[in-house]
Amino acid sequence: LQLYSCSLDGTIKLWDFMDGIPIKTFTVGTKLLALYTLASAEDSVFVVIPKKGERDTFQLVSVELTKGVGQDLEGKELSVVLDDVGASMKHIAFGREGAYVVSVKDVNLQVYFFKRKLLNRFSLSTVKTKGGDNRFSCVVCHPKEDCIATGHADGKIRLWRNFHHKKEYTYSTLHWHHDIVMDLAFSMEGTRLLSGGVESVLVQWHNESSCQKDFLPRLGSPIEYISMSSDGVLCCTLHTDNRISIINSNLRFSRSIQGLIKSRDVKTGLVVDPRTKALVLNGEPGHLQFYSLQSDQQLFSLDIVQRQYIHQAGLKQSDLVKVAFSARGTWLATVEESEEVADPELQLKLWFYNEEIQSFELNTRINTPHDNHITDMCFRDMDELGDDSLILVTTGRDCVFKVWVMVEDTDPEAQQSVSWSCDFVGSYHNYQATNCCFSEDGSLLAVSFEETVTVWDSLTWDLKCTFCHPPGNIRNICFGRLTCSKYLIGATDYGFLCCWNLLTCALEWSAHLNVVVLQPDPLSEHIAAVSWLSKESSLFVFKPNEPRPIYIQRNLCKEKIRLAAFVPRDEPENTEKYLWLRKSQLFFLTDTQELMTLSTKSLEERLTPSSKQLAVEESLPVTPFSLLLGKHRHQQAQEDTDFGKLVVHNKQKQASPAVKELLHTPAHVLPSASFLCTIFINSLLISKENKSAEEVADEVEMESEKAEDDSDEEDVTAMEQEDTSHMELLGEMTCKLSKSQEKELRKIRKMDYSWLSAL
Amino acid sequence: MAAYKPVVVQACPKLGEKITQDTLYWRGYKTPVQIKEFGAINKIDFSPVPPYNYAVTASSRIHIYGRYSQEPIKTFSRFRDAAYCATYRDDGRLLVAGSEGGGICLFDVNGKAPLRQFEGHTKPVHLVGFLSDKYRIFSGGDDYSSNLWDIPSATEIISYSEHTDYVRCGCASKVNADVFITGSYDHTVKLFDARTKSSAMTIEHGHPVESVLLFPSGGLLVSAGGRYVKVWDVLKGGQLLVSLKNHHKTVTCLCLNSSGQRLLSGSLDRHVKIYSTTSYKVVHSFNYATSILSLALSPEDETIVVGMTNGVLNVKHRKPEEKNENSQKKRQPAYRTYVKGRTYMPKQEDFCVSKPVKRVLRKYDKLLRSFQSSKALDAVMEPPIMLHTPEVTVAVMQELHRRGTLRSALAGRDEKQVNLLLTFVARRVIEPRFTPVLVTVADMITDIYQPVVGQSEIVDKQFLKLQQAIGKEID
Repeated sequence: LQLYSCSLDGTIKLWDFMDGIPIKTFTVGTKLLALYTLASAEDSVFVVIPKKGERDTFQLVSVELTKGVGQDLEGKELSVVLDDVGASMKHIAFGREGAYVVSVKDVNLQVYFFKRKLLNRFSLSTVKTKGGDNRFSCVVCHPKEDCIATGHADGKIRLWRNFHHKKEYTYSTLHWHHDIVMDLAFSMEGTRLLSGGVESVLVQWHNESSCQKDFLPRLGSPIEYISMSSDGVLCCTLHTDNRISIINSNLRFSRSIQGLIKSRDVKTGLVVDPRTKALVLNGEPGHLQFYSLQSDQQLFSLDIVQRQYIHQAGLKQSDLVKVAFSARGTWLATVEESEEVADPELQLKLWFYNEEIQSFELNTRINTPHDNHITDMCFRDMDELGDDSLILVTTGRDCVFKVWVMVEDTDPEAQQSVSWSCDFVGSYHNYQATNCCFSEDGSLLAVSFEETVTVWDSLTWDLKCTFCHPPGNIRNICFGRLTCSKYLIGATDYGFLCCWNLLTCALEWSAHLNVVVLQPDPLSEHIAAVSWLSKESSLFVFKPNEPRPIYIQRNLCKEKIRLAAFVPRDEPENTEKYLWLRKSQLFFLTDTQELMTLSTKSLEERLTPSSKQLAVEESLPVTPFSLLLGKHRHQQAQEDTDFGKLVVHNKQKQASPAVKELLHTPAHVLPSASFLCTIFINSLLISKENKSAEEVADEVEMESEKAEDDSDEEDVTAMEQEDTSHMELLGEMTCKLSKSQEKELRKIRKMDYSWLSAL
Repeated sequence: MAAYKPVVVQACPKLGEKITQDTLYWRGYKTPVQIKEFGAINKIDFSPVPPYNYAVTASSRIHIYGRYSQEPIKTFSRFRDAAYCATYRDDGRLLVAGSEGGGICLFDVNGKAPLRQFEGHTKPVHLVGFLSDKYRIFSGGDDYSSNLWDIPSATEIISYSEHTDYVRCGCASKVNADVFITGSYDHTVKLFDARTKSSAMTIEHGHPVESVLLFPSGGLLVSAGGRYVKVWDVLKGGQLLVSLKNHHKTVTCLCLNSSGQRLLSGSLDRHVKIYSTTSYKVVHSFNYATSILSLALSPEDETIVVGMTNGVLNVKHRKPEEKNENSQKKRQPAYRTYVKGRTYMPKQEDFCVSKPVKRVLRKYDKLLRSFQSSKALDAVMEPPIMLHTPEVTVAVMQELHRRGTLRSALAGRDEKQVNLLLTFVARRVIEPRFTPVLVTVADMITDIYQPVVGQSEIVDKQFLKLQQAIGKEID
């Protein structure tokens, strides 16, 4: 079980991926963009490197991997195979039994035959006729015949044959996709061809004919990569929103592997669900994802918009923009709007948590709650008074804020007993309302109108007082909590952080700070402010009653932090150094949708439980305090440009639930031991020869058995931890290289790996 | 992988009154029959025995109508002046009526000439009625007196002169043969017991009393006067139970339905209100053309008869119960086939494979799922959908607009379809909930079909209509 990976720092590493130990490191020296291996040439790999002296041109080279002893070796013997290739790993494919290599770039197709040392070039016309666009997007080779399938930018798929001859080549065209074909994959025997694109439909073509095709529609998000398992039983698609779907050979969706779903834009902010302590933010288009931080899993996805999402560019789809939970999590308010700027189609929805079905149910839908975009929304948090006193406030760019209350329906025949309706509409000098916030006891409501903060009595809706700190509009406001509840904090556009005393109605202090995010901790007095200055984000934590921050972390990260959230800890952490992180943990979301957190433990402490994790973490920046947890979720697109990547197997991922299942299966349900024994032994044999998906379960059994035999339980836990962290960090690939099974391995065409260092 | 999500049709809550059991019940009457009488109808009384004829007192006549007859089946016209308050006896065989002259006449319903005449009132008698022992008559006159008469001897038994104004209404207790009540313009309702020399109880209504009613149990008394209907508890000594003010003019008549669960009140404001006698809330109301003077409900609520000030008698019959037994019932599979396999309980080692639930999609959803925009629009342009559920049509149009295919779906249609589309748009564009979508649709249609304007008369006419509708709305 070994795995090759290449990275931009010019090294190829050989891993034992089961244990997560690097076996060998080959230094090549230049950036490595994609990596290919051939079963027939085991001691050399093919990599794509940038051509020296020229920008944006790349070449395919083969690298001899010397069989020297020792950890660090040099891979110096480079021989150029093809010039002027595409940087993406989808642009190169190796043909049947490694006889030839195909590369596509723009409208050119190159085929290089290794034995004959012959290079054939074919090109299509560059003219874009009638929506046609002949540029290549991806290429794959038939596993049994001399046939090349190419995907094009206009959605066509071309099947090339007879490309041994320069002139008499032929191609046939398959056309279903309306937009670029993102990836193609042949089945084991080459009878079926799978294709996918932005339509998020997996298309299966039979026998290379355009009339016989099957579809698997509505996979959720555009398909980025497709790969078949080596035995052809499973196929998996990798999506742009950081998700892997596993699909049966009969085109039935079997399951998906997902962590934090990447949405196009996190408009909802980071919200913590009081019930599950999960992080809530935009997920799939129109959905709200509940992401569990502890298990790094998506708990569930709530469909808010409830409309069919059409995967097509240029459509004005409505999406979720605001989310608010009531204090106990029984009510959820969501705002959705269409993307049209001038006349947004607004809907305010209120959801009630139904204990029976363990999910939110739509209670009230309000069309056009405001005449213009809704800027902020909050519930009145009053734990002790119960839900009857629940109030929702929305602020809009139509210069008003509206107060929504629950109304009990007196009609006994009505379907639901409560519904929401507008109770009060407030405005201030016809300024746009930008933010709203309730004080901790719920008696005061602060609404910011451009440059002014107004404070309202929540019982009578009287305007109590106003605060202003010109110039600049108010960007954020929040009330102090606990002992600091008499303070109101506001941040302005012009880089001021102000603290007003509500008792004296005067400015207590102000500081010059360009605050982007202002986030109060719900369990303590502390308020976290993230500033953005000259391309770095800094974190300041302070108490409202003193202008001196109790904690400063400069240069938190290079990217702009957009959102932050305090997530209550299950049990208070015992830390001397960071008192403010005792009760809750602070999470950040950056512009590129990376989720980060501050850890109270130092690097060494965190690494002790699994020393092997070091291998993964060594590339992390070791700053004194903020070592960012390995929750980096690089955007898929970023990965494409930086690293070549191909997902061949996902067995590792499948294994972990299967282990659980097996171990949790009660003994009395299991078949007899004699029956199991043969399977078990067979599985041992097969798993070494050919790691087919069928035997995954058996293999897992084997692994667990092994672990037990060794009576090294730590090893297992460490491995599992390793697994999860790997999942997050790398597109995991597994491939077995075993000397005794070379013949078997020849059948496996694609062996690939790359790994992604977590910068 | 998610399933296809059907188009969300914006349901609009129905404004106005909610449909309750009462609405359904009271709406179950046919269109009224109007009969013209000679003068204001001051009393309508149903015979308590089948076939439930009713006596209508108007001007100087008493007409007896049969259940479905539009012409009177019998007329008593032996009055020199106006007749008042023709009332049936409990057995439906005798009829008594007062008159302008002060006389009271007793008729046999089959005879013509009065059987008895009771003379004693000096002023018009607006109230007469039988006590529940059938042998005595009570009356009230404009001479402020309330009298009790013996039928066999045609003599006055007793005369009470306690009211200080005209006595205009009254009724007898059904449980006690000696008790009757009268209401007067002196704002009081008095309860008399024939065994005593004076009134047993006086209730202050506060307005000239136009109508009184005793519940069948005799415990509750309803009085109407001014704009108020008041309910009193007789057994508690005339304590006010509830005061209803649902009319905006004088309430002139009261009546209970056959079950005693609903109270009806008619008023000069042209409304009949129906109250629940448990909650005393208005559960339904009828509108009439002119002011209502009298009101009666036949036993089993089969007929509502309302008399107006302009002499029009409005008769509403209940619709016959609809029989839902369709002769051509779909043949259901035999019971045996139906239950086959359903009762099977899986054994422990059985592996259950559940049948996937088939989701039923509407036709337009099926077409939208396969991106057939034009056909989806066709599917919702069928007249029944357009007419009865315009929100479905609009929702599909909105969905097409969202998908960016509305223009191509609207284009390339023939004269008939364009006509249909324009009719729909012109009619619905002014409805606020459809306006945003239909304005876009109208815009696109005008854009697309601009070049062909003038080629078809029908389409041109529809364009003009659309223009008018929008113009009217803007003005």
